[in-house]
Amino acid sequence: MNAAVEFQSVSRHYGPVRAVDAVDLVIEEGSFFAMLGPSGSGKTTCLRLISGFEKPTAGIVRIFGEDMGEVPPNRRHVNTVFQDYALFPHMSVRDNVAYGLMVAGVGRQARHARAEEMLALVKLDGFGDRKPAQLSGGQRQRVALARALVNEPRVLLLDEPLGALDLKLREAMQDELKSLQQRLGITFVFVTHDQGEALSMADRVAVFNEGRVAQVGTPAEIYERPATRFVADFVGSSNVLPPDLTAAVGGPRAWASLRPEAIAIAPAGRLGGVVTGARYLGAGTRLSVRAGALPASNGHRTDGGPTDAPRYLEQGESEIAVLVPAGVAVPEIGAEVGLDWEAAALHVMEGEA
Amino acid sequence: MRSDARAPLGLTIGAILGLAFLHLPILLIFLYAFTTEDRSYQFPPPGLTTKWFAVAWNRADIWPPLYLSLRVAAISSAVALVLGTLCAAAMARAKFFGRDTVSLLVVLPIALPGIITGMSLRSAFAIGDIPFSTFTIVLGHATFCIVIVYNNAVARFRRLGASMLEASADLGANSFQTFWHVILPNLGSALLAGGMLAFALSFDEVIVTTFTAGQQSTLPIWMLNELVRPRQRPVTNVVAIVVFVATFLPILAAYYLTRGGEETAGGGK
Repeated sequence: MNAAVEFQSVSRHYGPVRAVDAVDLVIEEGSFFAMLGPSGSGKTTCLRLISGFEKPTAGIVRIFGEDMGEVPPNRRHVNTVFQDYALFPHMSVRDNVAYGLMVAGVGRQARHARAEEMLALVKLDGFGDRKPAQLSGGQRQRVALARALVNEPRVLLLDEPLGALDLKLREAMQDELKSLQQRLGITFVFVTHDQGEALSMADRVAVFNEGRVAQVGTPAEIYERPATRFVADFVGSSNVLPPDLTAAVGGPRAWASLRPEAIAIAPAGRLGGVVTGARYLGAGTRLSVRAGALPASNGHRTDGGPTDAPRYLEQGESEIAVLVPAGVAVPEIGAEVGLDWEAAALHVMEGEA
Repeated sequence: MRSDARAPLGLTIGAILGLAFLHLPILLIFLYAFTTEDRSYQFPPPGLTTKWFAVAWNRADIWPPLYLSLRVAAISSAVALVLGTLCAAAMARAKFFGRDTVSLLVVLPIALPGIITGMSLRSAFAIGDIPFSTFTIVLGHATFCIVIVYNNAVARFRRLGASMLEASADLGANSFQTFWHVILPNLGSALLAGGMLAFALSFDEVIVTTFTAGQQSTLPIWMLNELVRPRQRPVTNVVAIVVFVATFLPILAAYYLTRGGEETAGGGK
């Protein structure tokens, strides 16, 4: 596979602020690539480094092997769907979509015909004569998409494209973007802070933290085998176990990640604790368990006599999140519970010192 | 709680009195254009006539000041449109050291009393050995016309936002195409409004003009001179109506233009 976009130790510093710091990245041609991270993590700056609105202070950005160093945004074969859509309010929807062709000198009839095709592609046939202000948020988003696709870019950049839409519309657009990308075969690079969106849409995900890439991989790799504490916590709020706790529950002395949904409530388990909170989520209930008490000898707890008091961990207590699926009895707050999981569910993070 | 409750009676009366105080004297000016008495403004007028319109039309001394005023207003608003827009574009797009200071200096002439602007220009012309002419009047008027255009344009630039300009470049447009297809159409009504306000301001300006006009008279200066002479007084009132229309219509148009612009630009979000 060819690299559509390649970052070679790219940095973008603003004085002392390292918005992007020595990032190496390869985005394969034809893939749906997500840049995931909290705000200020450098993901949007990376997108703007590809579109050309930012210039690296160090390193090289290549698009299809070509060094983009001195290539201005209007000469790059990439187009952007902007976060606020940035539609031209004084133009009709058709002229908005045809804008890229107009500035390239395509004749009126040809570009209008092509604009109609693009509008049909995003299911907005017959909306050509309207003004952007007359459209709903979801429709404007589609216009922005059609406008960005009209020049047949080799890479399409999407900056938080679904951020402004409500939940239902967002899910519908996720499916639509995914199928559009598969049909067109164009490389899509999209920026999001929503881990669910990144996991469900992308072929590969780069997780950004403080200007650096914390991990790159398939959604399954990112979710199941997070490389760092940050990734484990940010992608799906995993339980991050400190080395001592990992060792206490039978793992090596290292940081480990344990998914809330991998933990089951059991009368006797690998770890004991007290339920301190419960949050009903519909599909399940998320419990907070204050871990600290290890069940007695080898996980089998005999009757709770005074001599049989639980053994407490030395490193203190830590909150463990447990996802109890719907249909399973939820213990009450204050109840003492045991926590159990498959040995393979405990993921030791080698990337974390 | 109902929000459409009536305002208290006292407030209503106060508002009506205030508006009456502001606008009744203007109606008197109109009324005296029709009076049959031509030496003093006595109230009520002894009789009504429209003959003063014909008299004004035939007075040869009215036409040169009218032409001069129109010419000065047109040229100074044109100059202000070009310079004010360029200035606003620079302020809106670039961030540089002393930007706020420059912005303040551009706006300062409108805050400065006209008499000071006039005096300073007059002494500057004297030092530069520049004879008074239409050109010097235009220069004087351009100082405050630029501010009007600049203020209108800068507000619109701010609303235009960076992402629309980036979208244009992203789609392959060069800077000239972006200016022509995106900036200018969005700036259009703001510029038109600014230009018309500038025209209206220039058309009835007296103070700066007295210092920079030399022997020539603009229409407002002609009126000022005419008021002290007790001859065919209602003619001055006829001219006043002309000045009123020439300044009021552009301001009204500018009001509606900028209001409409807000709606379209605001609807984008």
